[in-house]
Amino acid sequence: MDKKIVQPISRPVQGACGVTGTWRSQRPILDTSLCNGCLICWLYCPEAAISREDRDIDFTYCKGCGICAVECGKKAIRMVKEEIK
Amino acid sequence: MSKVFGSGNTACAMAVKDADVDFVAAYPITPQTAVAEKIAAYIAQGIMDANYLPVESEHSAASAIAAASAVGARVFTATASQGLLYMHEILHYAAGGRLPLVMANVNRAVNMPWCLYADHQDAVSQRDTGWIQLFAASNQEIYDSILLAFKVAEEVQIPVMINYDGFLVSHSMMPFETLDENKIKEYLPPYDPSWRLHPQWGGTFGNVTFSEQYVPYRESLTRDVKRAGELIIRCAREFEELTGRWHGGYFDVYRPEDASFFLLSMGSMGKEMELAVDLLRQEGIPAAGLRLRVFCPFPKEELSALLPTGTNLLVFDRNLVYGSAAGVLLQESRAALYDRRDEIRIAGISVGLGGEDLPASLLADKAREMIQEVKK
Ligand code: SF4
Ligand code: SF4
Repeated sequence: MDKKIVQPISRPVQGACGVTGTWRSQRPILDTSLCNGCLICWLYCPEAAISREDRDIDFTYCKGCGICAVECGKKAIRMVKEEIK
Repeated sequence: MSKVFGSGNTACAMAVKDADVDFVAAYPITPQTAVAEKIAAYIAQGIMDANYLPVESEHSAASAIAAASAVGARVFTATASQGLLYMHEILHYAAGGRLPLVMANVNRAVNMPWCLYADHQDAVSQRDTGWIQLFAASNQEIYDSILLAFKVAEEVQIPVMINYDGFLVSHSMMPFETLDENKIKEYLPPYDPSWRLHPQWGGTFGNVTFSEQYVPYRESLTRDVKRAGELIIRCAREFEELTGRWHGGYFDVYRPEDASFFLLSMGSMGKEMELAVDLLRQEGIPAAGLRLRVFCPFPKEELSALLPTGTNLLVFDRNLVYGSAAGVLLQESRAALYDRRDEIRIAGISVGLGGEDLPASLLADKAREMIQEVKK
């Protein structure tokens, strides 16, 4: 096959709009005492920002969408206003 | 190599089996049905090692083989008429996606009114999807063209459609030869894509683009469709060296010596045209036959090169461009020869629609009428 052919495929690179963590206006806060480890948040997070092991949230990529907080059946995640430091 | 006496659909199915296809999805439709059935039977009997997905529609068949191609499989489907029209959206998708799908389209009239017989309206309606389109006129040519189609598609990463006339070819019994496995392996090595959708690959396919990304993709597709013409001829030559079998390049040219009237057509009509040329030659009319084999990319320069100054082109379309003089071949020919409009006269008609019988005597009559027209 001719390797010069322009294929409509994409490889991950840093996004044109920077890392998604810079978009955040709200921040998810996990209360580990309420969490039962069901991993619903991990499944739903569109940025794969939640750790499967300990539900630690990677704020480099967490864009503050709040999906995890809505989906969590135990109400273990709440959204707070992002403060500019 | 073995000699087979079988139908066009059998030749098609056997070529797919011999081409070591990995994945087939098809929905039966007259006159293609035997292709879908035979391939399913080969797989069920264990003489073909492939996955067969019985889908609920042609749209799903095209979608399924496009997806299988994106994960790196060699894929095939077959359809006709309304089935091809139903695939239309995915035809664009596959060509834009640069997926080397191969499909047999058994040319049939489109509805309404309902009609099951040979007609090229289905295929020519897909002219602008970015697919390469070949037209075969015998069972041997179908078998050989399917093998060629995979080679071309995988090299240039553009899907290929092999067309042959419903019933006239699909259901006609003719002797044909297959090819030995070792020779097929030599001609058509296993498909080795440069990428494939896989979790470990880590890429994505078919992202959203803005015009600055979209335009280069479209430009490269049209450029590559154009250059696929040369590749088709090269692959046909390679096939000839390997097997001694040759069906023609862009055109299958019949009796061109000192001809001044070139009779252009596609499909089985092009073979019958050889007899019409003989009839006209018997009357002293210097006629020649041009059976177009490569419809997309339309070989503009090659058509022009076949026509000496002062000759005439008589175009026989088995399709219609509604409201125009005839069909797509007439339009393409006029566009191709526009720069030589003072040197070459062109006439065209649409005949054979809905499987209308086209004996050589009728084609010769139509040619005589057009000769009167170009002489005016
Ligand atoms: S969805 Fe809620 S309960 Fe389940 S793991 Fe996530 S935080 Fe814990
Ligand atoms: S707020 Fe959105 S991006 Fe951040 S962890 Fe929750 S689901 Fe993921």
